[in-house]
Amino acid sequence: MRLTVNGSEHELDLDPRTTLLDALREHLGLTGAKKGCDHGQCGACTVLLDGRRVNSCLILAIAQQDARVTTIEGLGGHPVQRGFLEHDGFQCGYCTPGQICSAVGMLGEVERGWPSATGDDDPLSDAEIRERMSGNLCRCGAYPNMVPAIREAAGR
Amino acid sequence: MKTFSYRTATGPADGLEPGAVFLAGGTNLVDLMKLGVATPDALVDVTRLPLGEITDLPGGGLRIGAAVRNSDLAADPRARQAFPLLSQALLAGASGQLRNMATTGGNLLQRTRCRYFMDATKPCNKHTPGSGCPARDGDHRNLAILGGSEACIATHPSDMAVALAALDAIVHVDGPAGPRTIPVTGLHRLPGDRPDRDTVLEHGELITAVDVPALPSATRSAYRKARDRASYAFAVGSVAAALAVTDDGLVSEVRLAWGAVAPRPWRAWRAEERLRGRPATAAEFRAAADAELAAAEPGRDNAYKMELLPRMTTALLERLADREGR
Ligand SMILES: Cc1cc2nc3c(=O)[nH]c(=O)nc-3n(C[C@H](O)[C@H](O)[C@H](O)COP(=O)(O)OP(=O)(O)OC[C@H]3O[C@@H](n4cnc5c(N)ncnc54)[C@H](O)[C@@H]3O)c2cc1C
Ligand code: SF4
Ligand code: FES
Ligand code: FES
Repeated sequence: MRLTVNGSEHELDLDPRTTLLDALREHLGLTGAKKGCDHGQCGACTVLLDGRRVNSCLILAIAQQDARVTTIEGLGGHPVQRGFLEHDGFQCGYCTPGQICSAVGMLGEVERGWPSATGDDDPLSDAEIRERMSGNLCRCGAYPNMVPAIREAAGR
Repeated sequence: MKTFSYRTATGPADGLEPGAVFLAGGTNLVDLMKLGVATPDALVDVTRLPLGEITDLPGGGLRIGAAVRNSDLAADPRARQAFPLLSQALLAGASGQLRNMATTGGNLLQRTRCRYFMDATKPCNKHTPGSGCPARDGDHRNLAILGGSEACIATHPSDMAVALAALDAIVHVDGPAGPRTIPVTGLHRLPGDRPDRDTVLEHGELITAVDVPALPSATRSAYRKARDRASYAFAVGSVAAALAVTDDGLVSEVRLAWGAVAPRPWRAWRAEERLRGRPATAAEFRAAADAELAAAEPGRDNAYKMELLPRMTTALLERLADREGR
């Protein structure tokens, strides 16, 4: 099967059961995306699929042969990455690649005018950022510093 | 995970070979396959079929393709304006990542989150007919108080479906036996003695679209969800409502549906009936919700829903009545 990851196309011979997460980590050596729960419950495996954030642990690689996958390795110095560094938006770092990919996808959603359950006038208020990022858990509880990191990356 | 073959669907009426199932976003199916609860021989991917559009229906309704992603529907300006309860219900569900994969059809057909159902090593009449229901004496804190049976008290976990039930949405289905339509309130079966069958769909029937008919009162509508944490958790109770009130304060139109209380999104027909023509007051709202619960059969650990749902319903209807500007 074919997978397009961070701009390069790969030919792989994979069992149909292989998730996108396992294809990235075990077969392409891209270990940035992490396996936390493997059931869609933590967000550690978040990558971008045609620019949209998704949980790669619940996606079968075989179903994504026409998609463009972007992982943390393919972000190349994105403002969200710099924001996390400047604001200390992590402790152990396990959830961080997922947090950053999720934040990049989320800022795209804000740009397109997508609403959230919070419904604030400012889509980048603290409450909004927390709600929009609620699909990413952090066992270290490093949330407080992620919020300004993400807002700053949005140029605010 | 059991091995399977994979192909993409070529047409909506193709049907399925025995042992095959449709794959949409996969956020529920792949999860259940990993858990060994779903063991299909073949997956037929429906996301390449041309079912990804939201189109206008004459008179102000919307036709939502079965493959439209939950996030795209929640953000659709027409849905937000005409059916706020639907957009709010979608946004209250799952996470940004999951909504980007989850589809209209898959969301409707997602299976219960009953912990015994999601554990292939446990008995459960839904995954293994005749094996028993450990939830009755075990963990049923978030299971049904309405519509359950001796064999099963699972709840349907969808938020979106609750809003669609309030809106009288129509499900379009296609398959080898030809197309048909099903009201969304009749899509999910009550378990009776066949809890293994969640819906009235036959093997190989594909949901192609969901029609939401125009409902002027829905511009004043809302969805409210109670859960164990602030976000990214299934409901322990939810309410979708639309309300119209006359100048002298009487209910002229009301739509009410509940989530996380029954094996299907629960349309509160009885409460609606009781409210029509009555004063739009908290006391009336409460009495109507209590009337809907007259047939409820709460268990040891889910009786809290008997108080939660009336309170949420009363608060939401009061808010909608206030917004009417009386
Ligand atoms: C951690 C987590 C939290 C969640 N929280 C919530 C929540 O708070 N609220 C909520 O409502 N949901 C929640 N969900 C569930 C999520 O909304 C569903 O998994 C999703 O909507 C399913 O859609 P899908 O397209 O991924 O379906 P799939 O997983 O692809 O399919 C689900 C089922 O539908 C069938 N199917 C799919 N499309 C069709 C079709 N067109 N015709 C016929 N059959 C079809 C499949 O065969 C399968 O049986 C959560 C899920 C997870 C993992
Ligand atoms: S309530 Fe239904 S799904 Fe849960 S264990 Fe009992 S039979 Fe299975
Ligand atoms: S590993 Fe995918 S969500 Fe936890
Ligand atoms: S930084 Fe340790 S899990 Fe988030």
